[in-house]
Amino acid sequence: MKKDRPTVLYDVPGPRARRRNLLWTLLFLVALAAVVWWVVVSLADKNQLEWAKWAPFFTDARVWETYLLPALKNTVIAAALAMVIALPLGALLGIFRLSDHRWLRGAAGTVVEFFRAIPVLILMLFANAAYSEFTDISPDIRPMYAVVTGLVLYNASVLAEVVRAGILSLPSGQTDAAKAIGMRKGQTMSYVLLPQAVTAMLPALVSQLVVIVKDTALGGAMLGFSELLASVRPMSANYGANTIACFTVVAVIFVVLNFALTTFASWLEGRLRRGKKSTGAVVGAGAVEELATPGEHMGPADGTK
Amino acid sequence: MFDFLQGYNLLGAFWVTVQLTVYSAIGSLIWGTLLAAMRVSPVPLMRGFGTAYVNIVRNIPLTVIIVFTSLGLFQTLGVSLGADRFTTINFRLAILGLTAYTSAFVCEAVRSGINTVPLGQVEAARAIGLSFPQVLRIIVLPQAFRSVVGPLANVLIALTKNTTVAAAIGVAEAALLMREMIENEAQLILISTIFAFGFICLTLPTGLFLGWVAKKVAVKR
Repeated sequence: MKKDRPTVLYDVPGPRARRRNLLWTLLFLVALAAVVWWVVVSLADKNQLEWAKWAPFFTDARVWETYLLPALKNTVIAAALAMVIALPLGALLGIFRLSDHRWLRGAAGTVVEFFRAIPVLILMLFANAAYSEFTDISPDIRPMYAVVTGLVLYNASVLAEVVRAGILSLPSGQTDAAKAIGMRKGQTMSYVLLPQAVTAMLPALVSQLVVIVKDTALGGAMLGFSELLASVRPMSANYGANTIACFTVVAVIFVVLNFALTTFASWLEGRLRRGKKSTGAVVGAGAVEELATPGEHMGPADGTK
Repeated sequence: MFDFLQGYNLLGAFWVTVQLTVYSAIGSLIWGTLLAAMRVSPVPLMRGFGTAYVNIVRNIPLTVIIVFTSLGLFQTLGVSLGADRFTTINFRLAILGLTAYTSAFVCEAVRSGINTVPLGQVEAARAIGLSFPQVLRIIVLPQAFRSVVGPLANVLIALTKNTTVAAAIGVAEAALLMREMIENEAQLILISTIFAFGFICLTLPTGLFLGWVAKKVAVKR
Protein backbone atom coordinates (compact mmCIF):
# COMPACT_ATOMS: atom_id res chain seq x y z
CA MET A 1 0.00 0.00 0.00
CA LYS A 2 1.58 3.23 -1.10
CA LYS A 3 1.21 6.12 1.28
CA ASP A 4 0.48 8.81 -1.29
CA ARG A 5 -2.13 6.71 -3.06
CA PRO A 6 -5.36 8.42 -1.84
CA THR A 7 -4.25 11.81 -3.12
CA VAL A 8 -4.74 10.49 -6.63
CA LEU A 9 -8.48 10.74 -6.01
CA TYR A 10 -8.40 14.53 -6.33
CA ASP A 11 -6.25 17.20 -7.93
CA VAL A 12 -4.03 19.59 -6.07
CA PRO A 13 -6.68 22.10 -4.91
CA GLY A 14 -6.88 25.37 -6.76
CA PRO A 15 -8.52 28.51 -5.35
CA ARG A 16 -12.11 27.28 -5.81
CA ALA A 17 -11.36 23.83 -4.42
CA ARG A 18 -9.61 25.40 -1.47
CA ARG A 19 -12.69 27.51 -0.74
CA ARG A 20 -14.91 24.43 -1.07
CA ASN A 21 -12.65 22.44 1.25
CA LEU A 22 -12.73 25.26 3.75
CA LEU A 23 -16.54 25.26 3.61
CA TRP A 24 -16.63 21.50 4.21
CA THR A 25 -14.15 21.86 7.05
CA LEU A 26 -16.37 24.47 8.66
CA LEU A 27 -19.54 22.42 8.20
CA PHE A 28 -17.85 19.36 9.62
CA LEU A 29 -16.45 21.38 12.48
CA VAL A 30 -19.94 22.66 13.31
CA ALA A 31 -21.36 19.12 13.25
CA LEU A 32 -18.51 17.84 15.38
CA ALA A 33 -18.89 20.75 17.79
CA ALA A 34 -22.63 20.03 18.07
CA VAL A 35 -21.91 16.41 19.03
CA VAL A 36 -19.23 17.42 21.51
CA TRP A 37 -21.57 20.07 22.94
CA TRP A 38 -24.34 17.49 23.37
CA VAL A 39 -21.93 15.09 25.09
CA VAL A 40 -20.60 17.77 27.42
CA VAL A 41 -24.07 19.07 28.29
CA SER A 42 -25.46 15.62 29.05
CA LEU A 43 -22.36 14.75 31.06
CA ALA A 44 -22.66 17.96 33.03
CA ASP A 45 -26.39 17.32 33.50
CA LYS A 46 -25.65 14.07 35.30
CA ASN A 47 -22.78 15.60 37.26
CA GLN A 48 -20.23 13.42 35.49
CA LEU A 49 -17.83 16.28 34.84
CA GLU A 50 -17.22 17.23 38.48
CA TRP A 51 -13.53 17.31 39.22
CA ALA A 52 -14.12 15.11 42.28
CA LYS A 53 -15.13 12.27 39.97
CA TRP A 54 -12.01 12.49 37.83
CA ALA A 55 -9.50 13.58 40.47
CA PRO A 56 -8.87 10.14 42.02
CA PHE A 57 -7.20 8.94 38.83
CA PHE A 58 -4.71 11.80 38.96
CA THR A 59 -4.23 12.49 42.64
CA ASP A 60 -5.00 9.23 44.44
CA ALA A 61 -2.46 6.44 43.98
CA ARG A 62 -4.79 4.00 45.72
CA VAL A 63 -7.16 3.80 42.70
CA TRP A 64 -4.26 2.51 40.68
CA GLU A 65 -2.87 0.28 43.41
CA THR A 66 -6.14 -1.36 44.45
CA TYR A 67 -8.11 -1.47 41.21
CA LEU A 68 -6.44 -0.60 37.94
CA LEU A 69 -2.97 -2.12 38.19
CA PRO A 70 -4.03 -5.53 39.57
CA ALA A 71 -6.76 -5.62 36.93
CA LEU A 72 -4.30 -4.68 34.19
CA LYS A 73 -1.98 -7.38 35.53
CA ASN A 74 -4.74 -9.97 35.21
CA THR A 75 -5.55 -8.83 31.67
CA VAL A 76 -1.90 -9.06 30.64
CA ILE A 77 -1.33 -12.42 32.37
CA ALA A 78 -4.41 -13.98 30.75
CA ALA A 79 -3.44 -12.64 27.32
CA ALA A 80 0.19 -13.73 27.65
CA LEU A 81 -0.73 -17.20 28.93
CA ALA A 82 -3.23 -17.66 26.12
CA MET A 83 -0.66 -16.63 23.52
CA VAL A 84 2.10 -18.81 24.98
CA ILE A 85 -0.10 -21.91 25.16
CA ALA A 86 -1.93 -21.33 21.88
CA LEU A 87 1.21 -20.76 19.81
CA PRO A 88 2.74 -24.27 20.03
CA LEU A 89 -0.70 -25.85 19.68
CA GLY A 90 -1.38 -23.66 16.66
CA ALA A 91 2.01 -24.48 15.14
CA LEU A 92 1.28 -28.18 15.53
CA LEU A 93 -2.17 -27.84 13.96
CA GLY A 94 -0.80 -25.68 11.17
CA ILE A 95 1.91 -28.20 10.33
CA PHE A 96 -0.62 -31.04 10.45
CA ARG A 97 -2.75 -29.13 7.94
CA LEU A 98 0.19 -29.23 5.54
CA SER A 99 0.89 -32.91 6.18
CA ASP A 100 1.14 -35.42 3.36
CA HIS A 101 -1.19 -37.78 5.22
CA ARG A 102 -4.75 -37.15 4.25
CA TRP A 103 -6.32 -38.18 7.56
CA LEU A 104 -4.00 -35.91 9.56
CA ARG A 105 -4.70 -33.01 7.24
CA GLY A 106 -8.42 -33.67 7.46
CA ALA A 107 -8.48 -34.00 11.25
CA ALA A 108 -6.48 -30.81 11.81
CA GLY A 109 -8.61 -29.01 9.24
CA THR A 110 -11.82 -30.02 11.01
CA VAL A 111 -10.53 -28.86 14.39
CA VAL A 112 -9.43 -25.53 12.95
CA GLU A 113 -12.68 -24.89 11.07
CA PHE A 114 -14.77 -25.88 14.09
CA PHE A 115 -13.12 -23.54 16.58
CA ARG A 116 -12.92 -20.65 14.14
CA ALA A 117 -16.63 -20.89 13.40
CA ILE A 118 -17.88 -20.44 16.97
CA PRO A 119 -17.64 -17.35 19.19
CA VAL A 120 -14.95 -17.21 21.90
CA LEU A 121 -17.64 -16.46 24.47
CA ILE A 122 -19.30 -19.83 23.84
CA LEU A 123 -15.92 -21.52 24.38
CA MET A 124 -15.32 -19.55 27.59
CA LEU A 125 -18.75 -20.38 28.98
CA PHE A 126 -18.17 -24.03 28.17
CA ALA A 127 -14.71 -24.04 29.76
CA ASN A 128 -16.02 -22.32 32.88
CA ALA A 129 -18.84 -24.82 33.35
CA ALA A 130 -16.58 -27.76 32.51
CA TYR A 131 -14.00 -26.72 35.12
CA SER A 132 -16.65 -26.35 37.80
CA GLU A 133 -18.23 -29.70 36.94
CA PHE A 134 -15.24 -31.94 36.26
CA THR A 135 -12.36 -30.43 38.24
CA ASP A 136 -11.88 -28.96 41.69
CA ILE A 137 -10.16 -25.74 40.68
CA SER A 138 -11.13 -23.17 43.28
CA PRO A 139 -13.85 -20.73 42.21
CA ASP A 140 -11.46 -17.81 42.79
CA ILE A 141 -9.16 -18.67 39.93
CA ARG A 142 -11.64 -20.61 37.81
CA PRO A 143 -12.58 -17.55 35.69
CA MET A 144 -8.93 -17.06 34.77
CA TYR A 145 -8.63 -20.72 33.77
CA ALA A 146 -11.85 -20.48 31.76
CA VAL A 147 -10.80 -17.29 29.98
CA VAL A 148 -7.38 -18.69 29.10
CA THR A 149 -8.87 -22.01 27.94
CA GLY A 150 -11.45 -20.32 25.74
CA LEU A 151 -8.83 -18.03 24.26
CA VAL A 152 -6.41 -20.93 23.68
CA LEU A 153 -9.00 -23.07 21.89
CA TYR A 154 -9.99 -20.22 19.59
CA ASN A 155 -6.56 -18.74 19.01
CA ALA A 156 -4.79 -22.05 18.47
CA SER A 157 -6.97 -22.53 15.41
CA VAL A 158 -6.40 -18.96 14.19
CA LEU A 159 -2.66 -19.28 14.79
CA ALA A 160 -2.69 -22.61 12.95
CA GLU A 161 -3.82 -20.68 9.90
CA VAL A 162 -1.21 -17.99 10.54
CA VAL A 163 1.52 -20.65 10.72
CA ARG A 164 0.22 -22.32 7.59
CA ALA A 165 0.14 -19.01 5.75
CA GLY A 166 3.65 -18.31 7.04
CA ILE A 167 5.00 -21.59 5.70
CA LEU A 168 3.17 -21.20 2.39
CA SER A 169 4.52 -17.67 2.02
CA LEU A 170 8.09 -18.97 1.76
CA PRO A 171 9.52 -19.36 -1.74
CA SER A 172 9.32 -22.97 -2.97
CA GLY A 173 13.08 -22.87 -3.61
CA GLN A 174 13.56 -23.32 0.15
CA THR A 175 11.88 -26.73 0.13
CA ASP A 176 13.61 -27.70 -3.10
CA ALA A 177 17.02 -26.80 -1.72
CA ALA A 178 16.34 -28.75 1.48
CA LYS A 179 15.32 -31.77 -0.57
CA ALA A 180 18.38 -31.41 -2.76
CA ILE A 181 20.74 -31.69 0.17
CA GLY A 182 18.88 -34.80 1.31
CA MET A 183 16.81 -33.54 4.24
CA ARG A 184 13.82 -35.56 5.33
CA LYS A 185 10.35 -34.00 5.56
CA GLY A 186 10.63 -33.46 9.31
CA GLN A 187 14.06 -31.93 8.96
CA THR A 188 12.93 -29.62 6.19
CA MET A 189 10.10 -28.43 8.39
CA SER A 190 12.04 -27.95 11.60
CA TYR A 191 15.36 -26.62 10.22
CA VAL A 192 14.34 -24.73 7.10
CA LEU A 193 10.67 -23.83 6.88
CA LEU A 194 9.52 -23.27 10.46
CA PRO A 195 12.33 -20.91 11.56
CA GLN A 196 11.74 -18.70 8.53
CA ALA A 197 7.97 -18.95 8.86
CA VAL A 198 8.14 -17.76 12.46
CA THR A 199 9.97 -14.63 11.36
CA ALA A 200 7.57 -14.07 8.50
CA MET A 201 4.51 -14.34 10.70
CA LEU A 202 5.72 -12.16 13.59
CA PRO A 203 3.58 -9.15 12.54
CA ALA A 204 0.48 -11.36 12.38
CA LEU A 205 1.29 -12.83 15.80
CA VAL A 206 1.60 -9.41 17.43
CA SER A 207 -1.59 -8.34 15.69
CA GLN A 208 -3.40 -11.42 17.03
CA LEU A 209 -2.16 -10.49 20.50
CA VAL A 210 -4.31 -7.34 20.21
CA VAL A 211 -7.35 -9.54 19.53
CA ILE A 212 -6.49 -11.69 22.56
CA VAL A 213 -6.08 -8.67 24.85
CA LYS A 214 -9.47 -7.37 23.71
CA ASP A 215 -11.15 -10.73 24.22
CA THR A 216 -10.01 -11.00 27.85
CA ALA A 217 -12.63 -8.33 28.60
CA LEU A 218 -15.30 -10.93 27.84
CA GLY A 219 -14.23 -12.82 30.93
CA GLY A 220 -14.70 -9.68 32.98
CA ALA A 221 -18.23 -9.13 31.75
CA MET A 222 -19.53 -12.69 31.69
CA LEU A 223 -17.46 -14.89 34.02
CA GLY A 224 -16.45 -12.60 36.87
CA PHE A 225 -12.79 -12.54 35.87
CA SER A 226 -11.29 -9.51 37.61
CA GLU A 227 -9.68 -7.74 34.65
CA LEU A 228 -9.80 -4.11 33.57
CA LEU A 229 -13.44 -3.92 32.50
CA ALA A 230 -14.58 -5.66 35.69
CA SER A 231 -12.75 -3.04 37.75
CA VAL A 232 -15.21 -0.36 36.56
CA ARG A 233 -18.06 -1.40 38.88
CA PRO A 234 -16.16 -1.51 42.20
CA MET A 235 -14.26 1.66 41.27
CA SER A 236 -17.35 3.70 40.43
CA ALA A 237 -19.06 2.37 43.55
CA ASN A 238 -16.14 3.55 45.67
CA TYR A 239 -15.50 6.93 44.10
CA GLY A 240 -18.99 8.40 43.93
CA ALA A 241 -20.59 6.89 40.83
CA ASN A 242 -17.97 8.21 38.41
CA THR A 243 -18.95 5.62 35.78
CA ILE A 244 -17.98 7.77 32.80
CA ALA A 245 -14.59 8.64 34.25
CA CYS A 246 -13.89 4.95 35.02
CA PHE A 247 -14.86 3.86 31.52
CA THR A 248 -12.74 6.59 30.00
CA VAL A 249 -9.67 5.55 31.98
CA VAL A 250 -10.16 1.84 31.22
CA ALA A 251 -10.70 2.58 27.52
CA VAL A 252 -7.59 4.76 27.42
CA ILE A 253 -5.51 1.99 28.99
CA PHE A 254 -6.78 -0.50 26.41
CA VAL A 255 -6.17 1.92 23.54
CA VAL A 256 -2.64 2.73 24.67
CA LEU A 257 -1.75 -0.94 25.16
CA ASN A 258 -3.23 -2.10 21.87
CA PHE A 259 -2.05 0.89 19.88
CA ALA A 260 1.49 0.16 21.04
CA LEU A 261 1.09 -3.46 19.91
CA THR A 262 -0.40 -2.43 16.54
CA THR A 263 2.36 0.08 15.91
CA PHE A 264 4.97 -2.53 16.83
CA ALA A 265 3.32 -5.00 14.42
CA SER A 266 3.41 -2.62 11.48
CA TRP A 267 6.98 -1.58 12.30
CA LEU A 268 7.96 -5.27 12.27
CA GLU A 269 6.11 -5.77 9.01
CA GLY A 270 7.87 -2.88 7.33
CA ARG A 271 11.23 -4.10 8.60
CA LEU A 272 10.62 -7.62 7.32
CA ARG A 273 9.38 -6.44 3.94
CA ARG A 274 12.45 -4.27 3.48
CA GLY A 275 14.83 -6.82 5.01
CA LYS A 276 17.69 -7.91 2.80
CA LYS A 277 18.71 -11.05 4.69
CA SER A 278 15.34 -12.79 4.62
CA THR A 279 13.29 -14.06 1.70
CA GLY A 280 10.99 -11.07 2.12
CA ALA A 281 8.06 -13.38 2.89
CA VAL A 282 5.61 -11.81 5.35
CA VAL A 283 2.25 -12.69 6.84
CA GLY A 284 1.07 -9.14 7.42
CA ALA A 285 -0.76 -7.77 10.43
CA GLY A 286 -3.83 -7.26 8.25
CA ALA A 287 -4.06 -10.94 7.41
CA VAL A 288 -5.32 -12.16 10.77
CA GLU A 289 -8.87 -10.93 10.20
CA GLU A 290 -9.04 -13.09 7.13
CA LEU A 291 -7.35 -16.05 8.78
CA ALA A 292 -9.79 -15.91 11.70
CA THR A 293 -12.72 -16.54 9.37
CA PRO A 294 -13.98 -20.09 8.89
CA GLY A 295 -14.10 -21.56 5.42
CA GLU A 296 -11.61 -21.46 2.60
CA HIS A 297 -10.20 -18.04 2.07
CA MET A 298 -11.60 -15.74 -0.50
CA GLY A 299 -8.52 -14.70 -2.31
CA PRO A 300 -5.71 -12.44 -1.28
CA ALA A 301 -6.47 -9.57 1.03
CA ASP A 302 -3.55 -7.21 1.32
CA GLY A 303 -1.96 -9.34 4.03
CA THR A 304 -0.56 -12.59 2.66
CA LYS A 305 1.99 -12.27 -0.03
CA MET B 1 -32.31 -37.14 25.37
CA PHE B 2 -33.51 -33.75 24.17
CA ASP B 3 -36.39 -33.52 26.66
CA PHE B 4 -34.66 -30.79 28.64
CA LEU B 5 -34.91 -28.47 25.65
CA GLN B 6 -38.58 -27.92 26.37
CA GLY B 7 -39.13 -24.66 28.16
CA TYR B 8 -36.24 -22.97 26.35
CA ASN B 9 -36.76 -20.85 23.28
CA LEU B 10 -33.69 -21.98 21.39
CA LEU B 11 -34.81 -20.76 17.99
CA GLY B 12 -35.97 -17.47 19.49
CA ALA B 13 -32.52 -16.86 20.95
CA PHE B 14 -30.79 -17.57 17.65
CA TRP B 15 -33.36 -15.34 15.93
CA VAL B 16 -32.27 -12.48 18.20
CA THR B 17 -28.65 -13.26 17.22
CA VAL B 18 -29.62 -13.03 13.55
CA GLN B 19 -31.49 -9.76 14.10
CA LEU B 20 -28.56 -8.24 15.95
CA THR B 21 -26.28 -9.30 13.10
CA VAL B 22 -28.49 -7.95 10.31
CA TYR B 23 -29.27 -4.57 11.88
CA SER B 24 -25.66 -3.99 12.94
CA ALA B 25 -24.41 -5.09 9.52
CA ILE B 26 -26.61 -2.56 7.75
CA GLY B 27 -25.68 0.17 10.20
CA SER B 28 -21.96 -0.46 10.04
CA LEU B 29 -21.95 -0.80 6.24
CA ILE B 30 -23.37 2.72 5.97
CA TRP B 31 -21.29 4.34 8.73
CA GLY B 32 -18.17 2.40 7.72
CA THR B 33 -18.44 3.53 4.10
CA LEU B 34 -18.92 7.13 5.22
CA LEU B 35 -15.83 6.80 7.41
CA ALA B 36 -13.85 5.39 4.49
CA ALA B 37 -14.98 8.28 2.30
CA MET B 38 -13.85 10.68 5.02
CA ARG B 39 -10.48 8.97 5.25
CA VAL B 40 -9.73 9.54 1.56
CA SER B 41 -11.39 12.95 1.28
CA PRO B 42 -9.54 16.18 0.40
CA VAL B 43 -10.64 17.77 3.70
CA PRO B 44 -7.86 17.29 6.30
CA LEU B 45 -10.22 17.58 9.27
CA MET B 46 -12.41 14.73 7.97
CA ARG B 47 -9.35 12.60 7.24
CA GLY B 48 -8.11 13.21 10.76
CA PHE B 49 -11.49 12.36 12.27
CA GLY B 50 -11.76 9.14 10.27
CA THR B 51 -8.26 8.02 11.21
CA ALA B 52 -8.75 8.85 14.88
CA TYR B 53 -12.12 7.06 14.99
CA VAL B 54 -10.77 3.89 13.42
CA ASN B 55 -7.61 3.77 15.53
CA ILE B 56 -9.45 4.38 18.79
CA VAL B 57 -12.45 2.14 18.23
CA ARG B 58 -10.45 -0.78 16.83
CA ASN B 59 -8.28 -0.84 19.93
CA ILE B 60 -11.07 -0.83 22.51
CA PRO B 61 -12.55 -4.25 23.31
CA LEU B 62 -16.08 -4.65 21.97
CA THR B 63 -17.11 -5.81 25.44
CA VAL B 64 -16.07 -2.46 26.90
CA ILE B 65 -18.11 -0.62 24.25
CA ILE B 66 -21.21 -2.78 24.78
CA VAL B 67 -21.07 -2.58 28.58
CA PHE B 68 -20.51 1.17 28.26
CA THR B 69 -23.68 1.58 26.20
CA SER B 70 -25.64 0.08 29.07
CA LEU B 71 -23.80 1.32 32.20
CA GLY B 72 -22.63 4.62 30.75
CA LEU B 73 -25.09 5.72 28.08
CA PHE B 74 -28.29 4.30 29.51
CA GLN B 75 -27.89 4.04 33.27
CA THR B 76 -25.75 7.13 33.79
CA LEU B 77 -26.71 9.48 30.95
CA GLY B 78 -30.26 8.22 30.41
CA VAL B 79 -29.95 7.58 26.67
CA SER B 80 -32.72 5.09 25.87
CA LEU B 81 -32.85 5.41 22.05
CA GLY B 82 -36.59 5.98 22.07
CA ALA B 83 -37.53 2.68 23.65
CA ASP B 84 -39.33 2.28 26.96
CA ARG B 85 -39.12 -1.46 27.64
CA PHE B 86 -35.93 -2.68 29.23
CA THR B 87 -35.34 -5.49 26.73
CA THR B 88 -35.86 -3.19 23.74
CA ILE B 89 -33.50 -0.59 25.18
CA ASN B 90 -30.74 -3.16 25.65
CA PHE B 91 -31.34 -4.61 22.20
CA ARG B 92 -31.00 -1.17 20.58
CA LEU B 93 -27.99 -0.27 22.71
CA ALA B 94 -26.30 -3.51 21.66
CA ILE B 95 -26.92 -2.67 17.99
CA LEU B 96 -25.50 0.81 18.56
CA GLY B 97 -22.36 -0.64 20.18
CA LEU B 98 -21.90 -3.35 17.56
CA THR B 99 -22.36 -0.80 14.77
CA ALA B 100 -19.89 1.66 16.27
CA TYR B 101 -17.30 -1.12 16.63
CA THR B 102 -17.82 -2.95 13.33
CA SER B 103 -17.81 0.29 11.28
CA ALA B 104 -14.10 0.68 11.99
CA PHE B 105 -13.43 -2.68 10.36
CA VAL B 106 -15.80 -1.99 7.44
CA CYS B 107 -14.00 1.32 6.91
CA GLU B 108 -10.62 -0.40 6.67
CA ALA B 109 -11.99 -3.06 4.31
CA VAL B 110 -13.56 -0.46 2.00
CA ARG B 111 -10.41 1.62 2.09
CA SER B 112 -8.32 -1.37 1.04
CA GLY B 113 -10.82 -1.85 -1.79
CA ILE B 114 -10.39 1.77 -2.87
CA ASN B 115 -6.67 1.05 -3.11
CA THR B 116 -7.29 -1.79 -5.58
CA VAL B 117 -8.96 0.50 -8.13
CA PRO B 118 -6.36 1.20 -10.85
CA LEU B 119 -4.88 4.67 -11.10
CA GLY B 120 -6.04 5.09 -14.68
CA GLN B 121 -9.70 4.82 -13.69
CA VAL B 122 -9.43 7.74 -11.29
CA GLU B 123 -7.25 9.76 -13.63
CA ALA B 124 -9.74 9.29 -16.47
CA ALA B 125 -12.58 10.32 -14.17
CA ARG B 126 -10.74 13.46 -13.15
CA ALA B 127 -9.81 14.18 -16.76
CA ILE B 128 -13.47 14.36 -17.78
CA GLY B 129 -14.02 16.81 -14.95
CA LEU B 130 -15.78 14.77 -12.28
CA SER B 131 -15.63 16.23 -8.79
CA PHE B 132 -14.34 14.26 -5.80
CA PRO B 133 -17.79 13.08 -4.62
CA GLN B 134 -18.60 12.08 -8.21
CA VAL B 135 -15.31 10.22 -8.64
CA LEU B 136 -15.98 8.33 -5.44
CA ARG B 137 -19.66 7.61 -6.08
CA ILE B 138 -19.62 6.80 -9.80
CA ILE B 139 -16.16 5.41 -10.45
CA VAL B 140 -14.28 4.29 -7.36
CA LEU B 141 -16.77 2.88 -4.85
CA PRO B 142 -18.69 0.62 -7.29
CA GLN B 143 -15.41 -1.03 -8.31
CA ALA B 144 -14.08 -1.01 -4.76
CA PHE B 145 -17.17 -2.77 -3.40
CA ARG B 146 -16.88 -5.54 -5.96
CA SER B 147 -13.37 -6.30 -4.78
CA VAL B 148 -14.12 -6.12 -1.05
CA VAL B 149 -17.00 -8.61 -0.91
CA GLY B 150 -14.53 -11.16 0.47
CA PRO B 151 -13.06 -8.92 3.21
CA LEU B 152 -16.54 -7.62 4.08
CA ALA B 153 -17.74 -11.22 4.40
CA ASN B 154 -14.95 -11.75 6.95
CA VAL B 155 -16.21 -8.71 8.85
CA LEU B 156 -19.79 -9.98 8.69
CA ILE B 157 -18.82 -13.39 10.08
CA ALA B 158 -16.78 -11.76 12.83
CA LEU B 159 -19.85 -9.61 13.56
CA THR B 160 -22.07 -12.69 13.79
CA LYS B 161 -19.71 -14.15 16.37
CA ASN B 162 -19.40 -10.81 18.14
CA THR B 163 -23.16 -10.51 18.71
CA THR B 164 -22.68 -12.93 21.62
CA VAL B 165 -21.07 -10.02 23.49
CA ALA B 166 -24.56 -8.48 23.74
CA ALA B 167 -25.18 -11.13 26.40
CA ALA B 168 -23.05 -8.96 28.68
CA ILE B 169 -25.89 -6.42 28.88
CA GLY B 170 -28.64 -9.02 29.08
CA VAL B 171 -29.85 -9.16 25.48
CA ALA B 172 -31.61 -12.52 25.21
CA GLU B 173 -29.49 -13.95 22.42
CA ALA B 174 -27.82 -17.33 22.04
CA ALA B 175 -24.88 -16.95 24.47
CA LEU B 176 -27.12 -15.72 27.29
CA LEU B 177 -29.52 -18.63 26.80
CA MET B 178 -26.53 -20.99 26.78
CA ARG B 179 -25.34 -19.66 30.12
CA GLU B 180 -28.83 -19.99 31.58
CA MET B 181 -29.20 -23.56 30.29
CA ILE B 182 -25.75 -24.60 31.58
CA GLU B 183 -26.70 -23.32 35.02
CA ASN B 184 -30.06 -25.10 35.11
CA GLU B 185 -29.44 -28.38 33.33
CA ALA B 186 -26.81 -31.05 33.88
CA GLN B 187 -26.18 -31.49 30.18
CA LEU B 188 -23.05 -29.41 29.62
CA ILE B 189 -21.59 -31.28 26.65
CA LEU B 190 -24.90 -31.61 24.84
CA ILE B 191 -25.88 -27.97 25.38
CA SER B 192 -22.49 -26.70 24.23
CA THR B 193 -22.63 -28.89 21.14
CA ILE B 194 -26.07 -27.53 20.26
CA PHE B 195 -24.92 -23.92 20.52
CA ALA B 196 -21.66 -24.59 18.70
CA PHE B 197 -23.66 -26.26 15.94
CA GLY B 198 -26.03 -23.29 15.82
CA PHE B 199 -23.19 -20.86 15.25
CA ILE B 200 -21.56 -23.12 12.66
CA CYS B 201 -24.90 -23.10 10.82
CA LEU B 202 -24.85 -19.31 10.85
CA THR B 203 -21.21 -18.67 9.97
CA LEU B 204 -20.15 -21.42 7.56
CA PRO B 205 -22.93 -21.01 4.94
CA THR B 206 -22.53 -17.21 5.07
CA GLY B 207 -18.82 -17.64 4.39
CA LEU B 208 -19.36 -20.13 1.57
CA PHE B 209 -22.14 -18.09 -0.07
CA LEU B 210 -20.30 -14.77 0.11
CA GLY B 211 -17.09 -16.47 -1.06
CA TRP B 212 -19.01 -17.57 -4.14
CA VAL B 213 -20.44 -14.06 -4.60
CA ALA B 214 -16.97 -12.56 -4.18
CA LYS B 215 -15.60 -14.73 -6.99
CA LYS B 216 -18.62 -13.91 -9.16
CA VAL B 217 -18.46 -10.13 -8.86
CA ALA B 218 -14.70 -9.63 -8.63
CA VAL B 219 -13.36 -7.27 -11.28
CA LYS B 220 -11.13 -9.32 -13.58
CA ARG B 221 -7.90 -7.46 -14.08
